[in-house]
Amino acid sequence: MTDLTAQQDVQAGDEVGSTIESAPQAVMSWQETVAAYDPVLGLEVHVELGTATKMFCGCPTAFGAEPNSQVCPVCLGLPGSLPVVNEIGVESAIRIGLALNCTIAPWCRFARKNYFYPDMPKNFQTSQYDEPIAFDGWLDVDLDDGTVYRVLIERAHMEEDTGKSLHVGGATGRIHGAEFSLVDYNRAGIPLIEIVTKPMTGAGERAPEIARAYVTAVRDLLRALGVSDVKMEQGSLRCDANVSLRQRTKKPEAQADVAFGTRTETKNVNSLRSVERAVRYEMTRHAAILAAGGSILQETRHWHEDTGVTTSGREKSDAEDYRYFPEPDLVPIAPTVQLVERLRTTLPEPPAARRRRLQATWGFSDLEMRDVLNAGAVELIEATVAAGGTPAGARKWWSGEIARRANVEGRELADMGVTPLDVAGLDGLVQEGRLNDSMARQVLDGVLAGEGDPRAVADARGLALVSDDGALAAAVDLVLAANPQLVDKIRAGKVQAAGALIGQVMKAMTGQADAAKVRALILDRVAQ
Amino acid sequence: MTHDLTRWSAARLADALGRREISAVEVTQAHLDRTAAVDGAVHSYLHVDTRGALEQAKAVDDARTSGAELHVMAGVPVAVKDVVATQGLPTTCGSRILAGWVPPYDATLVSKLRAAGMPILGKTNMDEFAMGSSTEHSAFGPSRNPWDLDRIPGGSGGGSSSVLASFQAPLAVGTDTGGSIRQPAAVTGTVGTKPTYGGVSRYGLVALASSLDQAGPCGRTVLDTAMLHAVIGGYDPRDSTSIHAPVPAVVRAAQSADVTGLRVGVVRQLTGEGYQPGVQARFDEAVALLVDAGAEVVEVDCPNFAYALAAYYLILPSEASSNLARFDAMRYGLRVLPEGIDDPSAEQVMAATREAGFGAEVKRRIILGTYALSSGYYDAYYGQAQKVRRLIADDFTRAFEAADVLVSPTAPTTAFRIGEKLDDPMAMYLNDVATIPANLAGIPGMSLPSGLADEDGLPTGFQILAPATHDDRLYAVGSALERQLVSRWGGRLLERIPELVPAGGSDDQHAGATMGMAR
Ligand SMILES: [Zn+2]
Repeated sequence: MTDLTAQQDVQAGDEVGSTIESAPQAVMSWQETVAAYDPVLGLEVHVELGTATKMFCGCPTAFGAEPNSQVCPVCLGLPGSLPVVNEIGVESAIRIGLALNCTIAPWCRFARKNYFYPDMPKNFQTSQYDEPIAFDGWLDVDLDDGTVYRVLIERAHMEEDTGKSLHVGGATGRIHGAEFSLVDYNRAGIPLIEIVTKPMTGAGERAPEIARAYVTAVRDLLRALGVSDVKMEQGSLRCDANVSLRQRTKKPEAQADVAFGTRTETKNVNSLRSVERAVRYEMTRHAAILAAGGSILQETRHWHEDTGVTTSGREKSDAEDYRYFPEPDLVPIAPTVQLVERLRTTLPEPPAARRRRLQATWGFSDLEMRDVLNAGAVELIEATVAAGGTPAGARKWWSGEIARRANVEGRELADMGVTPLDVAGLDGLVQEGRLNDSMARQVLDGVLAGEGDPRAVADARGLALVSDDGALAAAVDLVLAANPQLVDKIRAGKVQAAGALIGQVMKAMTGQADAAKVRALILDRVAQ
Repeated sequence: MTHDLTRWSAARLADALGRREISAVEVTQAHLDRTAAVDGAVHSYLHVDTRGALEQAKAVDDARTSGAELHVMAGVPVAVKDVVATQGLPTTCGSRILAGWVPPYDATLVSKLRAAGMPILGKTNMDEFAMGSSTEHSAFGPSRNPWDLDRIPGGSGGGSSSVLASFQAPLAVGTDTGGSIRQPAAVTGTVGTKPTYGGVSRYGLVALASSLDQAGPCGRTVLDTAMLHAVIGGYDPRDSTSIHAPVPAVVRAAQSADVTGLRVGVVRQLTGEGYQPGVQARFDEAVALLVDAGAEVVEVDCPNFAYALAAYYLILPSEASSNLARFDAMRYGLRVLPEGIDDPSAEQVMAATREAGFGAEVKRRIILGTYALSSGYYDAYYGQAQKVRRLIADDFTRAFEAADVLVSPTAPTTAFRIGEKLDDPMAMYLNDVATIPANLAGIPGMSLPSGLADEDGLPTGFQILAPATHDDRLYAVGSALERQLVSRWGGRLLERIPELVPAGGSDDQHAGATMGMAR
């Protein structure tokens, strides 16, 4: 298909009103910001559905394919081509709506959102406008201190993704200053669900935390629904944060009467941590402008993960008129009550309820559970326990050592190359007394290096606690003989002095001893 | 009858091909020869696919020789309007912006033509993106009416109508958004059907107004038209708006021509004032002939038709403004770099290309549509037009309670002169006043010749409308009327068309040749 030009040799132009701010921006301190202003938060989450094919054609949706290899006349918007709705996409949208406690529209339509952009093949996006598939819902969000904040959901609607522009030659990777742009249409037409909250008020200084907690809760919910792989770093879950401030009133009950301030919409927020940081940053930036008597420009801003600031993107002005109208190429979507109810029965246990159930079953403290949640390890622990691991052991590995390594490498826990079965095996070796912690970590190294399952690695590397009591006793006797003053101290009741002796024995045994056993042996000998 | 195969009906060709009395190559070559002789004067085609057509014809002949079971239409050639995507064959929609574009895929209806073994002779001329009633808005020059080369062959499908009237093809595919099949048929003395919306797949039709566009068959007889309808019609999973039902029994209806007891409703709002006397006279006679054939005549009222044109000229430009947005020089088609700009942005290239690539009428409608959809105007224009559309559909529903089919003249006048209405868009738009309501309501309509107007000796068209999915009624009524008229005329109307001299000859040879025609 020679017409399907993959490369664009047109010079990349400025986005409307694009400016790059070079001077550092003034921000107000966090304490001053929350003392003087009340934030109003709105979050838009875009999730790419994990359907096998695109929303309006049969092209595959696999991530990372050769550019422009997953395209056809429909998703390239070739003249004459027509869309056909992906039924699985609609069912996913309904399930998401139900899980968000929304009303499902008995009848709704797609709409065209018209604007020109090179990565949008038809120069309109097939979306939904005033007739979303799901509306008026809520989601309860657990905060760090255990309290629950209810986020009201305005709507969840279906739309298609655009292509992806790669701007080459500029310093920033953005269209501004680029020499030329390449467009990959593999992403064009991938089904998206946009979930929009109602304005969140009353969050106060907790607004950034609530923002993060909400996106986390949505991610967990979507993952539990199995509708998306929800990978923020690959863009299958994207968040736009709308922030505005209004003057804080003296009487809290009067706050609701104050009109909302001008909002900014921050894009490119690609991690849960960034959601929190970006909201916090925008609040302090708005506060500085407002305190100086300035006014907020309604605009799109870009979050920069590395520097922790936002910069101005497109200016949203009155000129931006998307001329929405019902998509005439698609018939209305009219899900029957039977379909909706059938889909309702496929909903998983709500993540919050599930978490409470699992925490009780596993016997984790609130703090331990929070660590597990923050590490995104609930499912992995569940699978590890199912594979025969202990809950405590599974938690220790997944939210401890493996999470630490994942963090260092910037990868997802699930992508680390170690399976729940491996972790259950590792835990089993520790539980049966064959490995101590440091040996178990070495075994993990081996598993990650692809040397086999934990038992095979332990065997191959010769890792096992010394079980020969004679050898251990000899080592203990040697150390006791060499440290008479420490032995005296222990006899005098300073039991903590045993620590130094344990260390020396472990060293003598080159680590291959069970520390608890060594301690018992020392105390036993000293008492004789 | 004549041995000139180009004068044969498609039905006769199909029959003779089936009997192996003639070969598909012979038939195809005869039409290609005719094109070589006359299309210089008529300009029906934008592209002629000599090689492709002959290859298909040969494949059919070979298959027939080997005893393969073939489609009844195998070997009957067809011309296709240039708004329909054809793999490997240019598809320009009569626009500079698509000059040279060769689609990498076939429209569904083209796949069906190919599957039936019908050689595609070429792509026919049209007003740019089907916006017009004359082909004068084609970026590649107008087609001419074979009855009088100084006159328009109708539009937007003037290429498909003139290709039939000049015997360059026995059949043609057209598209009808507001009358682009029926009005050209009317002014050239040919037949054309706009099927029920969704009756023929729109997949591969370059969209003008998605909710109004409908591809359909064009022929010289009602039966021929039905036979092509049966080939291209039917459900298509690639078109969401396509009807999930078998094609109505159009061929059988055309063969039966039975109108006994059928109630024929004359639409009061589509006759009388504003209609050329000769057009009205031929219409009245045709209605009387239907009564002779056994039909009953009633008069029906469709009061909201008065607003049809206004609603149409809001809905069409609105949808068109969005449909035509994709022509941006980024992926295919024309690319024009703006002058005097060293490093043009993508937006500047888009603007320069659209400025150079679109003609005046297209720009007029894009601007109109963009305005009508703008926030603050949407309710007053697009929203209001949709309400009118519903009222017009309601008018039809009521009318079809009193009548089984509705009838009117197809167009208010006979073919006007090239250039006559070019500077007066409103006069041009009024030409579609009788055809537009069917598109707004999604119902099927047909135009067939009713004779020649006394005052200018040019063809007049008779329109039949039926309720949605009852396309077969058009063919029963059309066929009944056609039989009455042919018997009255003592032959087909097109047998009276002036002979065209070979291409390159003078073009005033036919002046007055149409006078004194019997009706
Ligand atoms: Zn595709």
